[in-house]
Amino acid sequence: MGVRVQTEDFDVAREIALLRGSDARVGAVASFVGLVRGENDAATVRTLTLEHYPGMTEKALDGIVDEARRRWSIYDAVVIHRVGELAPTDQIVLVAVSSAHRGDAFAACEFIIDYLKTQAPFWKKELTPDGERWVEARASDDEAAARW
Amino acid sequence: MVEIVYLARLRDRFGTAGERVALPGDVADVGALLAWLRSRGGAWSSELAPGRAVRVAVNHDIARSNTPVKTGDEVALFPPVTGG
Repeated sequence: MGVRVQTEDFDVAREIALLRGSDARVGAVASFVGLVRGENDAATVRTLTLEHYPGMTEKALDGIVDEARRRWSIYDAVVIHRVGELAPTDQIVLVAVSSAHRGDAFAACEFIIDYLKTQAPFWKKELTPDGERWVEARASDDEAAARW
Repeated sequence: MVEIVYLARLRDRFGTAGERVALPGDVADVGALLAWLRSRGGAWSSELAPGRAVRVAVNHDIARSNTPVKTGDEVALFPPVTGG
């Protein structure tokens, strides 16, 4: 299924249907959808602009999915990350993983999003009533990735 | 020549998305490249100061201070990532 970086929105039901296909070995699909929140660090967020580093982004995401395949028994995975200007309630990112049983699907899905947040070259800039500001990395994200 | 790419906040602070530079002979790794850029002063000195969280990638792979840099490489400098 692979990884995609795009400005367009995505349809979660369609992506999960594609991930499953007609593969009767699949007994579980776990998915994560990240959304734009309307408030961050006590400020109203009007827009959230995402940029990335073309070339490195796809390589980093492929590497994270490969690592998940090494660690867990999964059949397939899809990662879609949007870039450009988004608004509160918009979808930002989808991670979905198929496997025979739920344990591998849950773990691989959480691993992929935790690693994506600390390893993949994306950056967020918020527009608030006080102007634009770059979102700072959170220590809690590093701690989440370090668990794996 | 080496292609240097600046991303996100660093691009804003430096006022440029990148540059092609001929490295001085004694600049052979990431640590030396950062020290050389820092010596320009101003935003270069403050944004790349030791202790500031700056990430570096060489040819699209995350690099460390001792990662070699040579002619033809693409070196990217950026703040800690915030996607997802």
